[in-house]
Amino acid sequence: MRRGTRPSVAALFSASAADAGLAIVFGLIVGAGLMLLGGFDPLAAYRALAMKAFGSPYNAGETFRQATTLMLTGLSVALAYRAGLLSIAAPGQMALGALAAAAAGIGLPPVPVVQPVIGLLLGAAAGALWGALIGTLRAYRGVNEVIAAIMLNWVALYGVNLLIRFGLADPANRQRTRTVAETARIDAPWLSDLFAHARLSYGFFLAVALLGGYAFFLHRTRLGFELRAVGQNPVAAALAGMKDRRLVVAAMALAGGPAGLAGAIEVLGVYGYWTVSPTLPAAGFDGIAVALLGGAGALGTALAALLFAALSGGAAGMQFEVGVPPELARVVMAAILFFIAAQNLTRGLRERLGRVERRNARGEEAGR
Amino acid sequence: MAEPIVSLRGITKRFGDFVANEAVSLDLYPGEIHALLGENGAGKTTLMNVLTGLLRPDGGEIRFRGRPVRIDSPEVAYRLGIGMVHQHFKLIPPFTVAENVVLGAEPRRGLLFDRRAAREAVRALTEAYGLAVNPDARVGALSVGMQQRVEILKILYRGADVLIFDEPTAVLTPQEVREFLAILKRLAGQGKAIVFITHKLKEVLAVADRVTILRHGRVVDTLPAAGADEGLLAEKMIGRRVRLAPEKAPARPGPVVLELRAVRERRTGQDALAGVDLALRAGEIYGLAGVDGNGQRPLVEVLFGRRSAEGDVRLFGEPILGLPTKALLERGMALIPEDRHREGLVLAMSVAENAILTRYDRPPFVRRGILRPAAIRRAAAEIVERFDVRTPSLAVPVAALSGGNQQKLIIGREVARRPAVVVAFQPTRGLDIGAQAHVYRTLVALRDAGAAVLLISFELDEILALADRIGVLSGGRIVAELAPEAADEETIGLYMTGRGDVRHGDAGRGDSGGDAVRRGGAGRGEVGSGDDAGQEVAGHGGADRTDEEKAGDGR
Repeated sequence: MRRGTRPSVAALFSASAADAGLAIVFGLIVGAGLMLLGGFDPLAAYRALAMKAFGSPYNAGETFRQATTLMLTGLSVALAYRAGLLSIAAPGQMALGALAAAAAGIGLPPVPVVQPVIGLLLGAAAGALWGALIGTLRAYRGVNEVIAAIMLNWVALYGVNLLIRFGLADPANRQRTRTVAETARIDAPWLSDLFAHARLSYGFFLAVALLGGYAFFLHRTRLGFELRAVGQNPVAAALAGMKDRRLVVAAMALAGGPAGLAGAIEVLGVYGYWTVSPTLPAAGFDGIAVALLGGAGALGTALAALLFAALSGGAAGMQFEVGVPPELARVVMAAILFFIAAQNLTRGLRERLGRVERRNARGEEAGR
Repeated sequence: MAEPIVSLRGITKRFGDFVANEAVSLDLYPGEIHALLGENGAGKTTLMNVLTGLLRPDGGEIRFRGRPVRIDSPEVAYRLGIGMVHQHFKLIPPFTVAENVVLGAEPRRGLLFDRRAAREAVRALTEAYGLAVNPDARVGALSVGMQQRVEILKILYRGADVLIFDEPTAVLTPQEVREFLAILKRLAGQGKAIVFITHKLKEVLAVADRVTILRHGRVVDTLPAAGADEGLLAEKMIGRRVRLAPEKAPARPGPVVLELRAVRERRTGQDALAGVDLALRAGEIYGLAGVDGNGQRPLVEVLFGRRSAEGDVRLFGEPILGLPTKALLERGMALIPEDRHREGLVLAMSVAENAILTRYDRPPFVRRGILRPAAIRRAAAEIVERFDVRTPSLAVPVAALSGGNQQKLIIGREVARRPAVVVAFQPTRGLDIGAQAHVYRTLVALRDAGAAVLLISFELDEILALADRIGVLSGGRIVAELAPEAADEETIGLYMTGRGDVRHGDAGRGDSGGDAVRRGGAGRGEVGSGDDAGQEVAGHGGADRTDEEKAGDGR
């Protein structure tokens, strides 16, 4: 039988809203403490950060744009987590999804609507296939999905770089792909106008819709039921007739979809091209943090994505106005995660104690 | 009896609103075996956790040798000489007996572990208390009974004068139980005070000097064991009369429904299936007795498609070995698993979702991949109602239910599927008497409705109370089959330990067709009375009279 979920991981993703709120407050306090040590005014810095993140329509729009990516990568991690898996494959899947969408935007006949839809689908499919590969390794070869993802992330990155160089490269700049056709873009001009030409696209709505669908999927569909059962108790799920191995593959594939889509939206909705890169897209890794802070739920993931987008987007403002190095925003994020993890781990302990007590209590009632 | 070594005065322990112990008073005298009796949740373990420093009481006082003491950590309890043998052993399998015993208080020479001193200390203890264990044996290689002795040695090594045993006999064979009870008496004879937590009335009567009965956290009574009887104790324990063994008409077995022929695994070892032959009939309860770790788990896993094996398994005449679990469930197999938290339920999911866990993918619960909550709730409500599952609502996580109610939910869920074969593996593990009786009644009702029930249990009493036919699993084979009339603890116990089947060799193989009752006989003569000695040579074949036949002679 398959190995169960690592309990520590299970505890990590169980943040409640109160836990998350508390962790954010503590994280900001830690950041403030560091700023004081460095001789900065934390209040001014945070004010500058907030202004940079939400202070103007354009800034707010750009924050929403970043949140779009984080919502999707966060969804990816959350979905895998619900099936008892820790997915850190999102960075590689983003790169693959971006490349697939770029290929569709460059190579397909320029038909409006059809071309971008196919581009998005290909992007999601690329991420899903990569996820299925990792899931297969886990289910049928016993390879830990974290290890597999770490290694396959690099395979994906360099594979994408290779394909850009040999096939999709812009003749004028071989470090990036050609620009996708105008017909392939998913820009939402009216929305963009609303936010003073921030690079907001229909991708934002797609991300929100997928998060909405995620809640329904988990609780109201057969597959969602199976994934939750397998994620929480693989042994009982298998004895109930669920195909636990296939479900692992399905979960990793489903989780790969949104991550691939995130990459596709970056290409079709923001940049119009994808570049050769020595590093994996950070937004992929941030998805883990987002899912963690969001407790792997739909609303939580959306809010966490917004917060992290604001922190990373606002960092520049903090530097410009107050001189605080932008890395400090990452420190705050890390501190938030630290407090979430610490709370959840101690909460796991507290709950275990509470359970014993409650069981004693209930055994009593049953005897009555 | 002079003065008590430990005296608990009015101990109260609350968990939130719930009072686990209310003004409990208890005296322990040197040299006495004091049984602590009560249902699950009656507060026995809580009380002992207070005494051993794991929990702090909210009220009351503990006196040790007449002096009031505060036991606020296990270390304090150890220093006072209070030790506990927990239900689940806390041993390190790769370490030797001596190493395990001295762990945490190792004899040293300078900075180094003094292995020789450790071994000597353990040897001296084994001799002083008559606990034969080889100090150099690796604990992982020992039987459960031996491991228990190591646990006892551990607390003796720390100089315990008060020894607490939490359900110590749950994991032992009848023979091991007897040896264990003898050890208890010897320890008491040397002046130790013994607390014996149990719900097995027979053992209480056999060994205890006094009995304290707890119910709902309060002391119902403390009385001398001499002069008490099972009925009296049970009544005090539950507060009313309960008939545990269900009324049960003679079975009317139908055709063979599930048949196993020479089912074996590739691997070897005590726990590996080594050629199981079994024919299970509709309308009977087949009780499979045996010591834990003799192939019970592999057998269940093979029957439910979670482990591969060779041989032949047929359900209604069709081969089913190697089919996926889902196909087996659809063909009418049902499992009441041993470990309901691990195998039977998804604790974080709701009562309603767990109520359909084994048929979630069938109409009316799902249509085109979409779940239908109304239908799910309706089915769950029906099970909850019919099987008296006490739950605050259908939407709460099933983890919020008591063990008994969780088990009722599982059984209700499986019964609702109208199974042809029910495999019940330790179905009353951890349940109190009321819930146990409920499970027993349900199994008999299933049988009477025509289901074939395979009851796999480590509790002989359970097998004897329910089974229409009894098989004994040892070393991955059914080494004997008996009619309940012919079965007594002694006989079954011998087969269980493997001592009964030394001579069988190939008896289980070869003639596996037809009715399954054919083995046994030989072992009994070997260890038991001399009358049957003639059969020893027989191995298998003509002289191999079955116990059922013998029983038939007696009728």
